[in-house]
Amino acid sequence: MKITNQIKDTTIIITLDGELDASSSVMLDEALSDPEIMTYSKILVDCKDLNYISSAGLGVFISHLQRFEDAHIKLIFYNMQDKVRNVFEILGLDLLMTIVSDYEEAMTIADE
Amino acid sequence: MNNKITVSCTKKNLKQIRDFVTEYLAVYTLSDIQMNQIVLAVDEICANLIIHANNEDPSKSISLSITEKAGIVKFEIVDNGVAFRRSEYKEPNIEEHIRVGKKGGVGIALVNRIMDRVEFETTDRQNTCFLYKKIK
Repeated sequence: MKITNQIKDTTIIITLDGELDASSSVMLDEALSDPEIMTYSKILVDCKDLNYISSAGLGVFISHLQRFEDAHIKLIFYNMQDKVRNVFEILGLDLLMTIVSDYEEAMTIADE
Repeated sequence: MNNKITVSCTKKNLKQIRDFVTEYLAVYTLSDIQMNQIVLAVDEICANLIIHANNEDPSKSISLSITEKAGIVKFEIVDNGVAFRRSEYKEPNIEEHIRVGKKGGVGIALVNRIMDRVEFETTDRQNTCFLYKKIK
């Protein structure tokens, strides 16, 4: 699992590359727990190269979502592969989280 | 075809288990989504056994064997850790998990929704989880 960050003004783009399972999700949790992340107004998660997600990976997003919402930080997923999106859908998380098709749409929503 | 794998109880071995399931199922015509769902269900059970039942103790191990009969694939996962108590299991309320920031507890819900049948059996000190999925 490789996690890279890119900063654009008040937006942080987190790119996930690899498989997010019970082992690798610890890295993601550390990245989202970094106090600096609370200084941004938008967190965009690029899922193009995210090939797999298990409940441990979902759990990391579930556990941080309310904290971001309380701080008015938007969390937006984009470029998600169908098989990964399907895992969000099985639990109904696609209705509770913002998942859009591409970067342009993510930026549009983030600016609303 | 090799249909059995045994790994020690560390989370790093989950990748090996997923690769083994993917390789076994490669001969069947499954969509990307179907394949991913099945691999995920097995991964979830194995992660639970490694982390919760066996406390990530590398001196312990879990075994997975896969068989297919009449279009139904059967996964048999054996360990010697603390048995899963199904009677104590509650379906998670995801909105509540979000509200309180809970990290775990949605894995078994995924397994139950993906697989056609999920069974747990305990005899002496050995626990077996059976997962069944119709693939044809």
